[in-house]
Amino acid sequence: MSIWEYANPVKFMRVSGAMLPWVVASAVLCTAGGIAWGVLTPEDYKQGATVKIVFLHVPAAMMAINIWVMMLAASLIWLIRRHHVSALAAKAAAPVGAVMTLIALVTGAIWGQPMWGTWWEWDPRLTSFLILFLFYAGYIALWSAIEDPDSAADLTGVLCLVGSVFALLSRYAVLFWNQGLHQGASLSVAPGERMSAVYRYPLYLSMLGFFLLFLALLLIRTRTEIRRRRLAALQAREMRA
Amino acid sequence: MLSLLKRDLSLATRAGGGFGLAVAFFLILCALVPFGVGPATTALRPIAPGILWVGALLACLLSLDRIFALDHEDGSLDLLATAPIPLEGVVAVKALAHWITTGLPLVAAAPLFGVLLHLPGSAMPWLVASLLIGTPALSMLGAFGAAITVGLRRGGLLLSLLVLPLYIPTLIFGTEIIRRGAERGDPATPILFLAGITAGVVALVPFAAAAALRVNLR
Amino acid sequence: MRLLAVDHLSVARGGTRAVEGVSFALDAGEALILRGPNGIGKTTLLRTVAGLQLPVAGRISMADDAVAYAAHADGLKAALTVTENLRFWAEIFGGGQIGAALAAMDLVSLADRPAAALSAGQKRRLGLARLLVTRRPLWVLDEPTVSLDDVSVGRFAAAVRAHLGAGGAALMATHIDLGLAEARVLDLTPYRAVEGGVADPASFNEAFA
Repeated sequence: MSIWEYANPVKFMRVSGAMLPWVVASAVLCTAGGIAWGVLTPEDYKQGATVKIVFLHVPAAMMAINIWVMMLAASLIWLIRRHHVSALAAKAAAPVGAVMTLIALVTGAIWGQPMWGTWWEWDPRLTSFLILFLFYAGYIALWSAIEDPDSAADLTGVLCLVGSVFALLSRYAVLFWNQGLHQGASLSVAPGERMSAVYRYPLYLSMLGFFLLFLALLLIRTRTEIRRRRLAALQAREMRA
Repeated sequence: MLSLLKRDLSLATRAGGGFGLAVAFFLILCALVPFGVGPATTALRPIAPGILWVGALLACLLSLDRIFALDHEDGSLDLLATAPIPLEGVVAVKALAHWITTGLPLVAAAPLFGVLLHLPGSAMPWLVASLLIGTPALSMLGAFGAAITVGLRRGGLLLSLLVLPLYIPTLIFGTEIIRRGAERGDPATPILFLAGITAGVVALVPFAAAAALRVNLR
Repeated sequence: MRLLAVDHLSVARGGTRAVEGVSFALDAGEALILRGPNGIGKTTLLRTVAGLQLPVAGRISMADDAVAYAAHADGLKAALTVTENLRFWAEIFGGGQIGAALAAMDLVSLADRPAAALSAGQKRRLGLARLLVTRRPLWVLDEPTVSLDDVSVGRFAAAVRAHLGAGGAALMATHIDLGLAEARVLDLTPYRAVEGGVADPASFNEAFA
């Protein structure tokens, strides 16, 4: 049995329907558990209680990037193998990714205010996330602007491909651009780097939670899109009959 | 291919073609900035490279939707798609025509606007060089955006939203060249990066744009 | 010589299947007129044959670069003169004599006029003159006689006949009688798509139905 069989809408609906309650339950458990555990950790001797926002910030940032990569993979599958579910999964993932990017940016700003004394800093990492958010916005806007679903799937797929290349290019161009302005590394706290186990394990749990949360949202949203398509097709048949 | 270029150029220079509008827009932008930040050299000089490049970006953006929309409306695009030249070639030629009618005049007029913004003389050659190297990428990426939005009724705003993020790397390296030129630094590295981006864009983006056009034609 | 063979072709418009299972062939010197009620999919079928659209099912076999397509929009630039417009398309298609094409469509006296100053019928004639300079053997025409007067229709029919005589072929959708006695007529009505005909989904949405 090949993995492509799950691209069959009927099969996808059946399997995802059976998976959904478990995914949702474990997503809620892991996210809530990770954040609660994170809140209960001792305060950092330098950063105080503000450090606890890391349990929202880092998982959201991680998912923001991973969701775009997932959309790229799904777009490629649609463009090459023409599996309709794949195109819809890319569409369904985009708003989740945009929100994750937004969460990363907002929590970063809230964290940065007491730490750096400013809400916003044109640090390469922050700037890259702002650019990523712009790409999400363009992608979502293009999906909603095109009426014909086939064209929409094709054109957003092409945009995702080209956008990925330029998002990556921008990431490195931004590093170049920031040289000479200030050193970036001292401002950002790399995940896992010199972080004590007290913080690390709740962070891992929270990251797992965010991943499961994305999976749950992706399944729900893809199922909704599939149902919407089915409805549109049935209505079209009705009109013709 | 040459006849397509000839036609697009003569259409741009005739009545209603909009030739020179980009330069006029560029001029207005450069004239407005001092009203915003004040006339002092100390205020203008540091931001001049950025203003000049952002101005070029926006001036280029203005005429992007014309690249394919007019040909789509009057049916020329359908006929070009059935013509013996490949659609990738059509895209490349139309982007080239757009560059000649908007990018090249900007390159030529840029030193004048550099003077308006108190850009030091040592940076002028680098201003021209950076625009000369960078603007072809702007036209080509713009053609890609125009190809994606050609079938849409209100594609103009969406076009900006799609294209401007793609301009970021070009903008970063373009301004860096001028900045280093102004500070008498060595602009070789950003020039190489910018040239690399332009070369890659000109070589590969026509394929993506032609694919988008085919989708929009059917 | 066979110029076009269409085999069990199904086409879709806006996500719904229009006609399906259409088969026909065109040899050199033949003309085929498609008929059928509005909305059955004549335009879609012609665009598919011209290669502007992908068929949902079935096969279209013909030589590369054989089609000259003409539809409702003539692809004219208002700022260019009649000659300039025509010369452009002649150069793009690597093609034929502009003078002869202008004469065939009675445009010689208008040659230096900008296309913006042409009437609807004159524009149409210029659009049809374009076919003559493409030197393509297979003409695919969608309502070619719209806004033409009787004399011009006669002129157009003569041009088509000359094209057929020179070894070309023509596939067209039209409602009026062109006086082309040799043209075959294919009524598309029996090919109207019915429910559950073919397994392949015609469109994105139907893939989920």
